[in-house]
Amino acid sequence: MLQLLADLARWLTGPAQWQGSGGIAVRLLEHLEYSLLATLAGAVLALPLGLFIGHTRRFAFLAINLAGFGRALPTVGLVTLVFLAGGLSMWPVYVALIALAVPVIVTNTYAGMTAVDPDVTDAARGVGMTGPQVLFKVELPLALPLVMTGLRLAMIQVVSTATIAAYVSFGGLGRYIFDGLAQRDLVQVLGGAVLVAVVAVLLDLAMAGLQRSLFRNRPADAR
Amino acid sequence: MQSGKGLRMISFEAVSKHYPNGTTAVDDLTLELPEGGLTVLVGSSGCGKTTTLRMINRMVDPSAGTVRVAGRDVRDSDAAELRRSIGYVIQQSGLFPHRTVLDNIATVPLLLGWGRRKARSRAAELLERVGLEAESGDRYPHQLSGGQQQRVGVARALAADPPVLLMDEPFGAVDPVVRTQLQDELLRLQRDLRKTVVFVTHDIDEAVRLGDRIAVFRTGGRLVQCAPPARLLTRPADDFVAGFLGAERGLKLLSLTTLGEAEVPHEPVTPVRTDEPVAEIRVGGNGGSYEGTQGNWRVAVTPDGAPVGWLDAGALPAGGTAGDAGLLPLRPLRDEDSLLAALDESVSSPARAVARVDGDGVLSGVTGQAALHERAAVHHTAAATAEPAEPGGEPGAGGGRSGQEVTGTGAVRTAEATS
Repeated sequence: MLQLLADLARWLTGPAQWQGSGGIAVRLLEHLEYSLLATLAGAVLALPLGLFIGHTRRFAFLAINLAGFGRALPTVGLVTLVFLAGGLSMWPVYVALIALAVPVIVTNTYAGMTAVDPDVTDAARGVGMTGPQVLFKVELPLALPLVMTGLRLAMIQVVSTATIAAYVSFGGLGRYIFDGLAQRDLVQVLGGAVLVAVVAVLLDLAMAGLQRSLFRNRPADAR
Repeated sequence: MQSGKGLRMISFEAVSKHYPNGTTAVDDLTLELPEGGLTVLVGSSGCGKTTTLRMINRMVDPSAGTVRVAGRDVRDSDAAELRRSIGYVIQQSGLFPHRTVLDNIATVPLLLGWGRRKARSRAAELLERVGLEAESGDRYPHQLSGGQQQRVGVARALAADPPVLLMDEPFGAVDPVVRTQLQDELLRLQRDLRKTVVFVTHDIDEAVRLGDRIAVFRTGGRLVQCAPPARLLTRPADDFVAGFLGAERGLKLLSLTTLGEAEVPHEPVTPVRTDEPVAEIRVGGNGGSYEGTQGNWRVAVTPDGAPVGWLDAGALPAGGTAGDAGLLPLRPLRDEDSLLAALDESVSSPARAVARVDGDGVLSGVTGQAALHERAAVHHTAAATAEPAEPGGEPGAGGGRSGQEVTGTGAVRTAEATS
């Protein structure tokens, strides 16, 4: 066990591991690229949907049920399906990652919108704000803490799941896991897993810090 | 405001509101609210008073009938634009928690496109106007007390200087002491601004205290009676209104009139100064008559002449000054205090009399219980037998309310009632 940890430490810190086209630095950037693009695309799709449902309170069942749907979705199966339908490209991976991100963001955005005090939206309409003004000047700013929580959750899930890019022969930190498994190189598998975990935790902490600084003026229960 | 006399600022013409589930919130309401008046809509919950209020700024659209503001059918206006021209205050204030107090107040001016600078300077002006310190402008709503939040709510509603102010149980969620302060503040603002105010409450005492006119609603959304408070109290239209007003209608009526208005007389007395040696106090009067008081009770005053308590001249200690003797509490009354306050004080006074003070708080005399009762009864009879004002609006509601103090609302009514 100690030997394994020592090997792992050597693997993670060896300068040779970090350089070159298959080095950790390149894989890390690839992984971040997949994850951020997928989260961003997920947000672009999910935010308007969540805001629309939250503002109009129509199709609320969609926002509520989407969460369960997202959890039940077999990611690897989806990758394989899109791969079989569309051939080898990054598309299957992005489709799977976006499908993972969208439900979390929609559900949290909707939850944020419904958590806005109805007295406040009533007052907003009562002082003469139009529908879009109520949405963008009042509801969205107030829902923002929960919206950001949704983005955080989506991002962590996407970062940990982006390893499947390697499953269909692309890069990212998943490369080490799949290659290590194929080569029965446990240290490499562990190294890849540790790196993915560290990236996920660091991103989450960064987003949490951003959230804290953005909402420091809110009452404690609404951050 | 001469332009306001008798002009109907808000009118309901055969207005009903039915909901798809079969409930009727407002049933065939016809009501006219005069410009510059403070009309209170009162009734138990579910009587349609809030719906009535919300139909004025189109937060609710009527199922039938027409609502007009300044003569114009509200349906002809864009809802958002209409609402910007009408102040709106709700219970729990409805302030925007993510904006500073100043930004909250500046909301409507900004929506109207005033520009940031002008809107903020106007907001600062209103902050002061509603009795808040300039520093609170940079705070966030959750950092203020409930009463302060309501003040901000009122300031936000007034920011663009709308002619109409709608208030939906604005003081319902604050404690009684703060509520009284906020009511005083509203009356003070209303004396200066003379908005057309529609105020919803379920608290009849609040209605009597604030309203120029009170509209009583009953369950099912029916308006039962709309009249000035004195008229409502002396001549309730039916048992429902009488029941709603409660058993102490006579006392509530007394709360509407001040000692000055009712011309309650007082007799001069020679008080005892608290620094006066006990030995020099003579039992049975000290040059002044104590008619109206019972026993040997004397008014003790500070060297400045401000009454501080009742002194029993029949049971003085052996030595020391009058201040050392046990004084019984006394609440000095000004001409601006209500008949009800005076009656209350006379009941709890050991001398069965009240001490009256002038504007500087210096003792001006005492009024005995009998004289007080006499004036109260005369006043009550006058109010009960007064002819009803012409329909459509109380002349007083549009005319100037000239009183210098809070209970001055009664001044105009009494003048009408007795003239």
